[in-house]
Amino acid sequence: MKLQRVIALTKKEMKKTVREPAVLFMIFLFPIVFVFAFGSAFSGGGQPIYNIGVVNMDQGNSVNASQMLLTALSDTKILNLQMYSDNQTAQNDLSQGSIQAVMIVPPDFSQSFASYQTAPNEPGTWTNATVALYLDKGSIVATQAIPPIIQQVLTAIAGQNQQAPAIPFHLEIASLIEVKVPSALDFIAPGMFTFASIFLIMMVAQSFTQDRENGMMKRIRVTPTTPTEFMASQVISYMGIALIQATIVFVMMYAMGFRPQVGIPAYVFAFILVLLFSLSNVGFGLITATIAKSSGAATGLSFLFVLPQLFLGTFVGASLSSGAQVAGRFVPSYYVTDALTSLFLRGAAITSLAILLDATIVTVFCVAILAVGIILYGKYFRI
Amino acid sequence: MNKPAIVIEHLTKRYEDVTAVDSLSLMVEKGELFGLLGPNGAGKTTVINILCGLTKPTDGTAKVGDYDVQKEGGKVKDMIGVCPQETAVYPYLTGAENVELFGNLQSMDKETLKKRRDMLLEKMGLTQDSKRKAEKYSGGMKRRLSLILALIHDPQVAFLDEPTVAMDPQSRHAVWDFIRELKKEGKTIVLTTHYMEEAEALCDRVGIIDHGKLIALGSPKDLTSKGRVTNLEEIFIKLTGRRIREEI
Repeated sequence: MKLQRVIALTKKEMKKTVREPAVLFMIFLFPIVFVFAFGSAFSGGGQPIYNIGVVNMDQGNSVNASQMLLTALSDTKILNLQMYSDNQTAQNDLSQGSIQAVMIVPPDFSQSFASYQTAPNEPGTWTNATVALYLDKGSIVATQAIPPIIQQVLTAIAGQNQQAPAIPFHLEIASLIEVKVPSALDFIAPGMFTFASIFLIMMVAQSFTQDRENGMMKRIRVTPTTPTEFMASQVISYMGIALIQATIVFVMMYAMGFRPQVGIPAYVFAFILVLLFSLSNVGFGLITATIAKSSGAATGLSFLFVLPQLFLGTFVGASLSSGAQVAGRFVPSYYVTDALTSLFLRGAAITSLAILLDATIVTVFCVAILAVGIILYGKYFRI
Repeated sequence: MNKPAIVIEHLTKRYEDVTAVDSLSLMVEKGELFGLLGPNGAGKTTVINILCGLTKPTDGTAKVGDYDVQKEGGKVKDMIGVCPQETAVYPYLTGAENVELFGNLQSMDKETLKKRRDMLLEKMGLTQDSKRKAEKYSGGMKRRLSLILALIHDPQVAFLDEPTVAMDPQSRHAVWDFIRELKKEGKTIVLTTHYMEEAEALCDRVGIIDHGKLIALGSPKDLTSKGRVTNLEEIFIKLTGRRIREEI
């Protein structure tokens, strides 16, 4: 193998990447735009804030329990309370999506609270009151997140004035909200790291089909360049591009607040995983180029491999059904994301069994896919 | 006596129900400028593709400089230069970068590559535009650049598949002069062309093929005198007919 040829072809591929606007966008700008868009959507203080409309009908005099409830709800920092004088106006705002829930504090709320305080161990003497809650059914997050928060605060204010140790203080629930918890950005970061190089599939497929269409592949074949030299140059080029993509995505995520508490070896390991993963993308690209008759067809066909990798194996996969998550085990991106999640979020060591197992599967998967890609392409379109 | 540069014996290439090359036998001398002529789809490009190792023949043998193109393809590739029918240049590279890339693929040393690059760009009138991306070149400029890519490593045998197609007369004459120079340097050149005046002006001998078979072989002068016609085009039409052919 002559290094001179490999270097020349690698340089050529890198120049193509930076000089062709479409390639430049897909390889570098798209991940930047993507990370920025998703990062903005999922970062920002770690917890989303929900707007809650409150209609306070409580008629408490001696004990103003509703005010305690509202103060406690505001203190969670998760709920932004907006007071309404009537239910109808609040319902209108809810239907228009300007608030995510409406809470009706009943007239006997304070009375109920007082009855509980007087005889906490005699439920038969309590005055029962119902806090009604209307939720924005168009928001899955609101329906899932708001009821437990209000339930916890209700329990907490009851416990605050309770001296009996048998009644648990649920203040820890409130304090849990205040401590630093992983943000949504932290959760999606490993998947985004994996995502960075997935579009190499499309780039490889387009590049090979274009070179075939315009006669360049033929032209290379009549030089003394061997198939090994040619493929080595392609793999090196695309691994280099994957490295740059991963670096860009990482820098973007870091700038947006992603700060995993891991050492340098973990970062190095993460980049190695991404590089290994890029091999499978080159392989899938070659398989696509084998099937596609033109560069236009290659673009469309590449989604056959891009979408499963994207939906089953990156940050999107975590919110899918259990069936889809099982299907994810058949795509290499799943194992890359899993390993990066263990590394960055779960704090697992590089030498832990889970990470080594993931890394082994990724290696076997990616080398096999690359080999299949090279063999198939070589069979139908001699390199 | 010099050994021939190219020897083709009973070369046959079949694609399912089509016979592109039909038991073709031919010899091209070292230093000869040989014209391979024929209507569209006659099999000219298939012959060239077989000679440079791009296509496997169904039957027969072909040797370039004593090397069997099938068994010793690597050695053949070391001594040939191919200018394909398509204007194949990398559009996103500059003219000079295209030339350097192909020089490197031919394992040329840096100094020689630089000298040959500058010399060839000058001869083809591309020095001024050598730092511009090839996508900005006109069709004629791309063809001239394509020719440089084929010849950057100073090959012993050059296959030029319609090198002057779509060129203006100035460019065409510049290429003709260049081809003549190559011949003077002792290079063996196989040229395919649809321009009969080009073959007449340049070639020592021409072979006319049709339906994959060699139907005439000789110097342009011999062929015209034997056919009792005034130029090569007339004998070409006489032998291949007036029916329009389409390459599929």
